[in-house]
Amino acid sequence: MDLIGDAGAARKTLVTMWTIRRFEEAVDDLFARGLMHGTMHLSIGQEAVPVGTCLALSEGDYITSTHRGHGHCIAKGARLDEMMAELLAKETGYCRGRGGSMHIADVATGNLGANGIVAGGVPIAAGAGLAVKMRGGPEVVVSFFGDGAVNEGAWHEGVNLAAIWDLPVVFVCENNHYGMSMSVSRAFRVKQLSERAAAYGIPGVTVDGNDPQAVHDVVADAVTRARAGEGPTLIEATTYRWKGHSKSDKNLYRTREEIEQWRERDPIARFEQRVADTLGEREIQACRDEARERVRAAIRAANAAPDASADSLTEAVYAR
Amino acid sequence: MTAVAEQTRTLTYAEAVREALAQAMTADDRVFLLGEDVGTYGGAFGVTGDLVHRFGEERIRDTPISELGIVGAAVGAALAGMRPVVEIQFSDFTAQAMDQIVNQAAKIHFMLGGAATVPMVLRAPTGSGTGAAAQHSQSLEAWFAHVPGLKVVMPATPADAKSLLLAAIDDPNPVIVLEHKLLYKQSGPVPEEATPARLGEAAVRRTGTDLTIVATGVMVPRSLEAAETLSGQGIDASVIDPRTLKPLDAKPIVDDVIRTGRALLVQEAPRTAGFMAEIAAVIGESPAFGHLRAPITRLCGLDVPIPYAPQLERAAVPQVDSIVREATDLVRRW
Ligand SMILES: Cc1ncc(C[n+]2csc(CCOP(=O)(O)OP(=O)(O)O)c2C)c(N)n1
Repeated sequence: MDLIGDAGAARKTLVTMWTIRRFEEAVDDLFARGLMHGTMHLSIGQEAVPVGTCLALSEGDYITSTHRGHGHCIAKGARLDEMMAELLAKETGYCRGRGGSMHIADVATGNLGANGIVAGGVPIAAGAGLAVKMRGGPEVVVSFFGDGAVNEGAWHEGVNLAAIWDLPVVFVCENNHYGMSMSVSRAFRVKQLSERAAAYGIPGVTVDGNDPQAVHDVVADAVTRARAGEGPTLIEATTYRWKGHSKSDKNLYRTREEIEQWRERDPIARFEQRVADTLGEREIQACRDEARERVRAAIRAANAAPDASADSLTEAVYAR
Repeated sequence: MTAVAEQTRTLTYAEAVREALAQAMTADDRVFLLGEDVGTYGGAFGVTGDLVHRFGEERIRDTPISELGIVGAAVGAALAGMRPVVEIQFSDFTAQAMDQIVNQAAKIHFMLGGAATVPMVLRAPTGSGTGAAAQHSQSLEAWFAHVPGLKVVMPATPADAKSLLLAAIDDPNPVIVLEHKLLYKQSGPVPEEATPARLGEAAVRRTGTDLTIVATGVMVPRSLEAAETLSGQGIDASVIDPRTLKPLDAKPIVDDVIRTGRALLVQEAPRTAGFMAEIAAVIGESPAFGHLRAPITRLCGLDVPIPYAPQLERAAVPQVDSIVREATDLVRRW
């Protein structure tokens, strides 16, 4: 798919990236004003990875997501109203107020769930891939995770199972250079995380994660392999989170200059430059406006919805 | 009295933990910390703070996100003569490390016929109340108390956070210290000197005549607050904090129930197979049984995962008003 030259694809890419950005800025603001509860993990600066990845997927394909999962959820096609309602503890939220940001999921669009446990989704993605394979279906599964997840036992076990069973899974590592405060240079001896693929006998590739087209292209190749029964691929998309890890982060482990350097590589601003000829300034502005209006409408709808009720708290512990 | 007052300052629970760590590391070169983000970041809840600047990166050791590896490394270091203190960012993530905790740390001394010891401490923030939802809010103390070979500590005050941690570090066994995350910012008097508590000594926090409330973790301050309200209504409650679930100091509980004839057992964890079921059995099997004027009553978290929405989260675990309600009911009905 040509995300730069094709006006429809360019528009979709830009609107989705802006929607993620505006959604998270709104969440940040609501939280700062005491209107939102819990903690938040924002992916501002990383928008090109979920958008480039999900544009390479088809309806019916699955994803597993992480604690930093708003972008994955939006890129996979979730409804903003229900996402915002969940974060505002409303009955109409995706999880009826039970899950919040860290457990957001939209099963209808194939999002099998965000996960509060680092690497918890990796073996689950392998299992979803196993189900697809056993059913003989055409679907693929994308597993999103961070660079920190790659040191958990669950990651190694999940990737290995997918590898030995040739499962239709694409492992997408959002390498934003830090697992909380631990930099990749302190947490690994390999130069690139994609090198780890070799240990499992699968292809590994590193890509510029601030370029949605580049991400899309490597994911599309991996999806083609997966659908052809050739097994999993490990993709490392290098990017950066502009904000702290969560609300408790004082950012003592990285410099202002480093953050500034990465802000200059803003995936959205760069993409706007690249599609200037395809879309034109007016259309680009229309994309920005559309994203802002979608997020505002979601906040309005969520605010009008009823609060999640404690009366039904014991519902959904067991399936009936 | 004045001598005690001079040596006691007001610290937060988090500061008390940090002071215990610093004093233990100063006193004994073998003590070191390891865990995710315990260094420059200062710990997910800010507990380790500036320790890395005082003791260096060798002894305040940041680790990758690898709970099983971290606990396993602590087991190995302990076997080889060190005194590691592990921080697991949320007690929920001990699930990741369960093999090393349950099958290795807890068993090695016994399996080797006493030939080796595993003097490690595992600290982990526990409990609900922060909106962190189901995978970051659990109260898993019953898991650990069930495993022979582990000791389990739940400090409820800043002073206990310090003295019990010092005792845990001194202990030649693996000790799990569950710190309640809502207590980190609570302050209280903490002695300056590094005097460890004794593991296996309950604290009688309040003595009353009408009923005995036994509570753990954040339910201790909630029960004390409830006891104040109850006393305004003419109900006089004892509040007992076991402090260490294993070894358990049952005597003060049994003695108090013999006096009051009523037991209200309060825990945040879900009801089924929780630690208060154990306390109920201990009372039921003791001479207190013949003195009971009312059924032993448990007030526990609901048997649900902890939800995100604040109104749901509050409804999932005992609050001060529910403790007051349950205690009033127990005394009025029986
Ligand atoms: C098993 C487990 N250990 C620790 C944590 C606490 N924690 C949450 S996110 C995080 C950092 C994750 O880093 P990475 O995987 O690189 O993802 P990023 O946050 O950078 O998106 C940590 C340590 C957790 N949620 N689960």
